[in-house]
Amino acid sequence: MDDFMALIELKHIVKTYRIADMDVPVLKGVSIQIDTGELVALMGSSGSGKSTLMNILGCLDRPTSGEYWFNQQEIAQLSADERAILRNRSMGFVFQSFNLLPRASALENVTMPLSYSATYISDREARQRASEMLSRVGLKDRMDHEPSQLSGGQQQRVAIARALINRPPVLFADEPTGNLDSHTSNEVLQMFEQLNQEDGITIILVTHDAAVARHAQRVIRIADGLIVDGDADSTLEAAGKK
Amino acid sequence: MKIHRILRTALQALQRNPMRAMLTTLGIVIGVGAVIAMMEIGNGSSAAVQKSIASMGANTILVLPGTAASGGVSFGFGTSITLTPQDYEAILRECPAVSSAAPVVRARTQVVYGNHNWVPNTIFGTTPSFLEVRNWTDMADGEFFTERDVLNANKVCVLGQTIVRELFQGESPVGKEIRIKNISFRVVGVLASKGANMMGMDQDDIVLAPWTTIKYRVAGSMLTSTNQSSSSTTSSSDTSTSVNTLNTLYPGQTSLYPAQSTTQAADNPISVRFTYIDQILVNAASSSEIPAAIRQITATLRERHHIRENEDDDFNIRDMTEMTKMLTSTTSLMTNLLLCVALISLLVGGVGIMNIMLVSVTERTREIGLRMAVGARARDILRQFLVESVVLCLVGGGVGILLGHGGSYLVQMFLHWPIQNSPGAIAAAVIVSAGVGIIFGYYPAWRASRLDPIEALRYE
Ligand SMILES: Nc1ncnc2c1ncn2[C@@H]1O[C@H](COP(=O)(O)OP(=O)(O)OP(=O)(O)O)[C@@H](O)[C@H]1O
Ligand SMILES: [Mg+2]
Repeated sequence: MDDFMALIELKHIVKTYRIADMDVPVLKGVSIQIDTGELVALMGSSGSGKSTLMNILGCLDRPTSGEYWFNQQEIAQLSADERAILRNRSMGFVFQSFNLLPRASALENVTMPLSYSATYISDREARQRASEMLSRVGLKDRMDHEPSQLSGGQQQRVAIARALINRPPVLFADEPTGNLDSHTSNEVLQMFEQLNQEDGITIILVTHDAAVARHAQRVIRIADGLIVDGDADSTLEAAGKK
Repeated sequence: MKIHRILRTALQALQRNPMRAMLTTLGIVIGVGAVIAMMEIGNGSSAAVQKSIASMGANTILVLPGTAASGGVSFGFGTSITLTPQDYEAILRECPAVSSAAPVVRARTQVVYGNHNWVPNTIFGTTPSFLEVRNWTDMADGEFFTERDVLNANKVCVLGQTIVRELFQGESPVGKEIRIKNISFRVVGVLASKGANMMGMDQDDIVLAPWTTIKYRVAGSMLTSTNQSSSSTTSSSDTSTSVNTLNTLYPGQTSLYPAQSTTQAADNPISVRFTYIDQILVNAASSSEIPAAIRQITATLRERHHIRENEDDDFNIRDMTEMTKMLTSTTSLMTNLLLCVALISLLVGGVGIMNIMLVSVTERTREIGLRMAVGARARDILRQFLVESVVLCLVGGGVGILLGHGGSYLVQMFLHWPIQNSPGAIAAAVIVSAGVGIIFGYYPAWRASRLDPIEALRYE
């Protein structure tokens, strides 16, 4: 397996929180592989450690032990600044609670990550790229609206446009439809499928909903900090590692 | 991240809460405004003091008889010697740093013209060089008296504008006779107006006459006549004491007090002086030559008065630099005091900024987490909050500058205090307010930059 390396490869990731001198193990040795172009659903009961795993995948958090290879690079060794650059350049993040800047227009929200990119992007180019992105998520006529003037589904689409503005190869979405009704949630999921198929963006999304998971090509199940079921190879491999 | 983008982000953040931003900067506004107003008013008044010193003659040096000479200190040396007309001549002759000098004999008595009378502030007996020394070259009317008038002790005089106003009520006084101590003086000229000096004393309330005339005819007769109006009973001046006056009363006698020893008399062949003068006004050639002039005068007078190495001077030399220092130090003390108050207010303003920035960091924890999640590094966050507080302070500083300038302008308009624009203070205010922003904004910004992205995102 070492001759071929997946886009994302977790090797025996352990995450333990320490609360008042008590070790709380959340991830107890997770190993998964995700290839470029996959659309993966991560499922599991509440408290099983899905968000924890997503934060590690999204470089927002560091594992207690284990290896995380992203694009043939060991992430756990990177400094905070290097991880910030990686997040900016190679990863998009969509949150359950949208997390938009409250009193800023949709356009300003979408251009925001460009301020932190290493290469200089002029204001005009930034605006143009953001408006393109917003058109793609169907918000061409809502660019100057503030989040409070948008519906939940529209807000989540702004968040998706923001996650994609730097053209990252991977998109992480932690319960992106958790706050949406089934109709809008369907819209958002269709958008994910479209991004996955047309643009080849690798998408990993967390969900409780089996209906949502049906949109995915592969489902990874996690229970009590361990992968319990997935597509044959990844589950077997995880089992084999142990 | 480019600076204009940081600035825009900061401005957007501040715009979200304009009322709070305004109230936060109030401390800076007041502090900077106070600094600017203080500096402008303070500079204005010290400039005014300087100007009035210059009008008095900034290079003027005053030579007065020493206390030892007039007070009768037990060491007898020198007590019988005070300033003489010969000292005045010697100073002019022997001191190269002196450009002009004038002897002065003072008197204070009533001046009468017709049925008007007036007690001038100053009645000076002097020489024509007085005008040059005092930098008072303009005559409003007539001419100054001459050296010949001095030699002959002629009964002529020159009046200041105040005297003309009080005694003549607008008539031209030239050629008229006024009476000083029952002695008739012919008015030969009127001085140009010089206004009040920095002590608020009217410099135009003056009568000038040849010193010989004042000495022998006015001051000399003063002791004998006791039936004078109350205002004219005082002897010529505080510095000319009875010892001096007695000498003029009994010419040819040695000083009555203290008795001169024979050795001293032998040491001091010209010790007996019949005539003393009250002061010598000296003008140094330039302000930089004042110390040299003082040195030369001291040397000349010590030699003439036969003062030995280890003895004190029997005369006093005063120059305007001390006066200038004293007056400017008073105003600069006030300015510094008020500046301290203003700086304290800036400090309080800075603490206000820090407080609000800390509140803002807490309020925007989620925003900080989000920015970090999309790739902001710790230094980007630090910079953003730092720029925000600096912008806040600079805006406050700018408003403060306008306010302070407006305030000092109003003071000038309505209280007629002199003010002087101070570009240095404005530059300092800008630097100080930016400094306050950096110093007091750093801690909140640092706190923001140290947040953990996940905890920040999860913050409620
Ligand atoms: N910062 C933390 N400190 C301590 N314990 C934590 C922390 N974050 C998560 N946990 C614990 O880790 C476990 C997994 O949490 P996580 O958020 O990953 O669950 P989840 O699978 O995303 O659940 P949900 O479906 O409800 O979102 C929980 O038991 C939680 O108490
Ligand atoms: Mg979760």
